[in-house]
Amino acid sequence: MNTSSLLTLLLILGLLSYYLGRKKSLAVSNGNRGQHRLHSLPDYYGYLVAVWCLLPALVVLLCWNMLNTPLITHAVSNSLPPEVHAVSPVNAGLVMGNVKRLVATRSIATETDPVQKAAAEKYLDLQAFSRIARTLVVLALAIGGFLYGWKRVNPQLRARNQVEQVIRGVMILCASIAILTTLGIILSVLFESLRFFHAVPVHEFLFGTHWSPQTAIRADQVGGSGSFGAIPLFVGTLLISAIALLVAVPLGLMAAIYLSEYATPRLRSIAKPALEILAGIPTVVYGFFAALTVAPLLRDLGGMAGLNVASESALAAGLVMGIMLIPFMSSLSDDVINAVPQSMRDGSYGMGATQSETIRQVIIPAALPGIVGAFLLAASRAIGETMIVVMAAGLSARLTVNPLEAVTTVTVQIVTLLTGDQEFDSPKTLAAFALGLTLFILTLILNIVALHIVRRYREQYE
Amino acid sequence: MSFATTSLDTGMTKQPHSSTETAPGNMRRATTAPLDIETVVEELKELPQPVGMPLLDDPKYHTRDVSVFYNETKQAIFNVDLDIGRNEVIAMIGPSGCGKSTYLRCLNRMNDTISGCRVTGELLLDGEDVYARSQDPVLLRARVGMVFQKPNPFPKSIYDNVAYGPRLHGLANNRAELDEIVEDSLTKAGLFKEVKDRLNLPGTGLSGGQQQRLCIARAIAVSPEVILMDEPTSALDPIATGIIEELIDTLRQSFTICIVTHSMQQAARISQRTAYFHMGYLVEVNDTNTVFTNPEHLLTENYITGRFG
Ligand SMILES: Nc1ncnc2c1ncn2[C@@H]1O[C@H](COP(=O)(O)OP(=O)(O)OP(=O)(O)O)[C@@H](O)[C@H]1O
Ligand SMILES: [Mg+2]
Repeated sequence: MNTSSLLTLLLILGLLSYYLGRKKSLAVSNGNRGQHRLHSLPDYYGYLVAVWCLLPALVVLLCWNMLNTPLITHAVSNSLPPEVHAVSPVNAGLVMGNVKRLVATRSIATETDPVQKAAAEKYLDLQAFSRIARTLVVLALAIGGFLYGWKRVNPQLRARNQVEQVIRGVMILCASIAILTTLGIILSVLFESLRFFHAVPVHEFLFGTHWSPQTAIRADQVGGSGSFGAIPLFVGTLLISAIALLVAVPLGLMAAIYLSEYATPRLRSIAKPALEILAGIPTVVYGFFAALTVAPLLRDLGGMAGLNVASESALAAGLVMGIMLIPFMSSLSDDVINAVPQSMRDGSYGMGATQSETIRQVIIPAALPGIVGAFLLAASRAIGETMIVVMAAGLSARLTVNPLEAVTTVTVQIVTLLTGDQEFDSPKTLAAFALGLTLFILTLILNIVALHIVRRYREQYE
Repeated sequence: MSFATTSLDTGMTKQPHSSTETAPGNMRRATTAPLDIETVVEELKELPQPVGMPLLDDPKYHTRDVSVFYNETKQAIFNVDLDIGRNEVIAMIGPSGCGKSTYLRCLNRMNDTISGCRVTGELLLDGEDVYARSQDPVLLRARVGMVFQKPNPFPKSIYDNVAYGPRLHGLANNRAELDEIVEDSLTKAGLFKEVKDRLNLPGTGLSGGQQQRLCIARAIAVSPEVILMDEPTSALDPIATGIIEELIDTLRQSFTICIVTHSMQQAARISQRTAYFHMGYLVEVNDTNTVFTNPEHLLTENYITGRFG
């Protein structure tokens, strides 16, 4: 039986055991003239029996599927005649690869080499045996689990609490998957970065002002000829982020104040989702908007004013990124402004303040920590943004703070370092990991600061 | 007119009030009326006239035929005629939801901040129409201060809390004058001694009773003529309550005070006149002493003897 039909069967068994467990719980409670009242609701007994039926079977199924292919490969490989192994370990691997191909393409009959043919047949046999054994073991476990669980059903069984434990376990599992994945990503980036720092010293990377990874790979394979200075990239990133925030923060904040303080509830219920649509536009759309509409416009405007604006400029990318960030700023600020208690407003109006005075002198100061939090979240978004800058900011790693020139950012360089055919152990590609790590640390710090501030704000009105 | 002011005006349409001047003394004494509450309430609805002495000569506030609507269907106050005297403490009592806060909030147009709320009738402060088009609610609220049920100091320093109003209205020309106003207000509110060493710490860090006195100091810092207090002590313990009651008694020298309270003892202790509200109607107004010792109206009597409310 293949995996999907086995899973279907298990599902049916699970439903059945839920039903039977529930039924038994009702039977045992009624049989005793209501004296032994059930500890839990009948449903919980059903869930518990279903868990007993499914959990062990599923765990074994999962492990079996994971170990199946390696074990069979190992067994077949060991059974190959000694002369195959004698040539070289690599040879055995090649033979095994061929065997697997034969099995997968069902072309054993056409194979001429008797050794490989025999191995492939053995492989097939083992596979068939494993499949039958798996079906039997899993079903036996499911039925055994069901019987065990079913037998345990009695009025004293604390089914409710045990189901609670199972649910807790499932939650922990999900949480740990997310955390472990993150940890895995961080570790892999970290190790690759360490490899990079073997080739290029840390200080050169962090404080060098010249970035040209291409020449490094052509000059010699070791690289490290002083062309991995990341300063221009970080300056570019900060420049574009600063422009974006200069656009997003005032616009977003004003929009939030308008929405929360001036707009009627009806208008607000329409305008707020409309603003949040901005957040739903894919960044690649913003990207070509920036590259095809805003950048030429800026160049023409600059030309009219006698300024020399590059066709790909930090300004174009920053402006469009700012538009993209408005909903982050406005939505979060709107929430914190709304969280300022009405009694603050009443107090201020009661003192004879106008609405804008109240906003400036009471509401904004009270909501300030939350607004700063929103600002920092928008900032880390801006620093990590890739698509818009790839399309609109250019690729030249020039060290400049002139927004009219083309600059490049950390994320853009990561993209260019890793796209196309690359060797994975040249400093050029490893540099991407180092850049990623630095960027990650930067945004992590920003996020921690933001969360800290937001949390402090929450405590204020409790 | 500033932007904020106009926006506060939305939803307010003052309707020409009927200037039916009704003579006081339309008595329905508990002793002569049928002793059935429903009949009495029906009677009240037919002829909403308070018993006792609602009208005064030369009052601070002169309100006639005041009705308040929260929306088309919900009317919270029905045709209230009431005068509030100078330098008196008037207590407003009545069962929960009877409209005491609503009436109080008409006096400084705080109801303007509630969208959909509409006030009709005549409200004069020193003969000046409170709801006239020419009246600036922002300036009015500087003349009529308000203290709320829950202490609501701003999340600023104690100093900045008290200095809030004076700064807003430009009452001090320099820092020294402002310092003086702050110290003076805190002293009048009986708080200066307790906080003089920590004027720069946040006002939210004070105890509940201190916070409420801070709010009183904040209200009197702009030298209002009237102070409205909506259950100012209901969130406080008896000792803090006592301090604030004493404070109200001294403040009476310089201000007119309208206080909403749920505590009849408090009303009896601190007020000169008492107004009893019932289901949006003003039922009885009289000297506090008379109301509590010899109520005229059956509903008042039932309320103060604890039969309902
Ligand atoms: N913002 C509002 N919108 C609609 N109806 C309201 C609003 N505020 C109060 N009301 C209604 O108006 C009536 C009077 O309310 P008000 O707050 O004046 O009562 P109160 O006498 O102050 O009561 P309490 O003693 O509980 O404070 C109540 O029926 C209340 O439900
Ligand atoms: Mg009230």
